[in-house]
Amino acid sequence: MNRLLDFFEQFGRATLLLWRALSHLGSLPRQWERLVDQCYFIGYTTFPIVGILSFFIGSVLALQTGYSLQGFGAQNFIGAVVGLSMARELGPVMTAILVAGRVGSSITAELASMKVNQEVDALRTMNIPPERILVLPRLAAIFIVMPVLTLLANIIGWLGGAVVAEYVDVVGIGSDVYFQGLRNVVTFGDVFDGIIKAQVFGLCVILVACHVGLQASGGPREVGRAVTRSVVLSLILILVLDYFVTRALM
Amino acid sequence: MTDKNTGAVGLEVSGLSKSYGETEVLHDISFQVEPGEVFVIMGPSGSGKSVLLKHLIGLEQPTAGEVLIDGRAVTDPATLRTIHAALVFQAGALFNSMSVYDNLALYPREHRILPEKGIRDRIGEILRILSLENAAERFPAELSGGMRKRVAIARALVMEPQIIFYDEPTSELDPIMAATISEIIACLKEQIDVTSIVVSHDRDLSLTIADRIAILMDGRLRVIATPDKLKATDDAAVADFLNPAIDLKNPRFKQRSA
Repeated sequence: MNRLLDFFEQFGRATLLLWRALSHLGSLPRQWERLVDQCYFIGYTTFPIVGILSFFIGSVLALQTGYSLQGFGAQNFIGAVVGLSMARELGPVMTAILVAGRVGSSITAELASMKVNQEVDALRTMNIPPERILVLPRLAAIFIVMPVLTLLANIIGWLGGAVVAEYVDVVGIGSDVYFQGLRNVVTFGDVFDGIIKAQVFGLCVILVACHVGLQASGGPREVGRAVTRSVVLSLILILVLDYFVTRALM
Repeated sequence: MTDKNTGAVGLEVSGLSKSYGETEVLHDISFQVEPGEVFVIMGPSGSGKSVLLKHLIGLEQPTAGEVLIDGRAVTDPATLRTIHAALVFQAGALFNSMSVYDNLALYPREHRILPEKGIRDRIGEILRILSLENAAERFPAELSGGMRKRVAIARALVMEPQIIFYDEPTSELDPIMAATISEIIACLKEQIDVTSIVVSHDRDLSLTIADRIAILMDGRLRVIATPDKLKATDDAAVADFLNPAIDLKNPRFKQRSA
């Protein structure tokens, strides 16, 4: 019972944090330098690992699908399977998981350290709401960057599948047939739905990271615990929300 | 947010109590601080000084009672939007990702009080007053303990405060630096119209610079008096706190365990 109450209390606090951050939306143009910094950190520095992971997810997907469909002579559908899987599911989910692990953990560690070192209290005494300069630019940055990262993850994943289709004997259908199958099935709507999912996951990851970081108290050990709590909670939320958002978009 | 300091403001605490769960940390604290006064709150470690200070500037909500700055409740967000109040944290609480200059410039930039040139001039003047001219481009991690304290005071001064709170400003400093910080606090009221509330257990600082001193023990206000009256107190606990005798033959920790 206490855990349930605790969950609802934390949910309420996180919602309040989001509301407070959004109430300062008008200050965003003045914070463009912070926004650019966050876009660089969340987007540019996360892209290489998103690229590598997406390429191999696309490759493995093509390989497994090709191997499984070989007995039915249905390899022509490899492009469709990889295309749809990446656009609707794996692109947004894997990107969100990487953002949670790489960016969410870093944001929680930074904010928790600031909280423990009383930097957040210092902001409050200076009448500078922490939600305005610590939370809002990060939420805005993920809103801008997440669709771009997801789109790039999709494209690189599709290319990974194409490389396997072209060069691996087990699949052996050629990239032309692969892309033909992909084009026949994947629509703009599929990509758009995936981007909506990614936006929901991204905002959720950043909100959890900021909330958990700003709730930290104590010493260095608490910073470590906050990071673990933030990443675990984000991963669970991504997978739970995945079902509901997918269902809502059907 | 207004730009200029419009004069020192007073503070009134009435019936302030704070409990964390079953533990009462502060019990029915009441006192007044006059505008322009240097008021020092002393007490042994764990007596509730820092918790009291957090209540005075609105970082904590009391369980009972209230704190008024210039007649307005400090828990009302509008109060600190109209009254310039600054807190010098014990460990500085400087923003580690920013240079000293940017630490000082954050407040005027965020509140759009001055153009960039005006900010540069104000910061330059304050750095000069505190002998920190060469530290402007350095980061907090590169500063000594004394410099961090002075930068924290400088950051408070940039706000042109009407009331400044200091949390243990001389802790962890060598005697010379502690004396320097004490002098800075005492001389500030000659340069700007400000009320100073200092939480400390530094006896030399308190007896030298305070207009009045409050002694806090076990979360209760024991006495408020001028330094001269406090030196002549007949309260054994206060006298022992101010002039603790070191008795190696009968040490306190053994008395307590017995």
